Amino acid sequence: MAIKGAIVVDTEKCKGCGVCVVNCPTQTIALAKKVNSKGYPYCYMENPDTCTGCGNCAIVCPDSVITVYRVKI
Amino acid sequence: MDVKDIIKPENLVYSKSKVLTDTVMHYCPGCSHGVVHKLLAEVIEEMDIQDKTIGVSPVGCAVFAYKYINIDWQQAAHGRAPALATATKRLYPDKYVVAYQGDGDLASIGTAEIIHACNRGENIVVIFINNAIYGMTGGQMAPTTLLDMKTATTPYGRSVELNGHPLKITELVAQLEGTCYVTRQSVHTPASARRTKRAIKKALENSAQKKGTSLIEVVSTCNSNWKLSPVKANDWMVENMFPFYPLGDIKDR
Repeated sequence: MAIKGAIVVDTEKCKGCGVCVVNCPTQTIALAKKVNSKGYPYCYMENPDTCTGCGNCAIVCPDSVITVYRVKI
Repeated sequence: MDVKDIIKPENLVYSKSKVLTDTVMHYCPGCSHGVVHKLLAEVIEEMDIQDKTIGVSPVGCAVFAYKYINIDWQQAAHGRAPALATATKRLYPDKYVVAYQGDGDLASIGTAEIIHACNRGENIVVIFINNAIYGMTGGQMAPTTLLDMKTATTPYGRSVELNGHPLKITELVAQLEGTCYVTRQSVHTPASARRTKRAIKKALENSAQKKGTSLIEVVSTCNSNWKLSPVKANDWMVENMFPFYPLGDIKDR
């Protein structure tokens, strides 16, 4: 059974620390080239296909900006 | 499968704890405080003790913890959080009392308070954030600063002759009869954050069972004052902090 995941980032609250990027086991997340209104490059799903919805990014996020969804297909 | 089909309420597996407020944290990007706040809020939510928990915030970066975690809070004078927590717990024995302190607060000016609160075995939980530096005031040397570590007040590195040895306060309080659970954790990886969450839960349960004082040291980063990026600060912590501050349970009974 395959598992697919997705994350939703509160881009305005993200401070672009990049801790989620290095802790993502599937290299799904990257920091955006754009910045939010505070000037931080927010994180986003660069490779949405590889996300498994493990939630590792969300648990290490200091600002709790990541919401995780997972579905079995 | 399209991302829009995955992002549906029935597929939700992780979201921000309801015990956390919507206020944007003032901490620097990548600060360990945010993760520890979140873990504490998640444990409070899981144990359903939001209306039974009283936090004591320290002086230091975590002074504004009361803005971020939606429980009752008090704010103690510098280093006096264990004393205030003692009074709170004695007045409200049915509540869960959590003192949240940094290393400049707990290991320096508050050494007397923490040693005596632990020695009396007050049924409180102490969360001790150790980032080996004074964060809020601009990166001065703390008692926990590592040898040869450069800070604003030790620009050539901490030396034994001038500044003495780093203080392992967690090992110190583990020797006291009053403590029941003393552990050292970190929050730099998902696995370590989950272990810290389990430790916080255990400490709160110990407090309910009146087993004594529980102290959780969280070896943390202060990337702004260490002058490193958040990710590099985590690597620096693994390389330099962990050999001196080894992770794991020091006392559990």
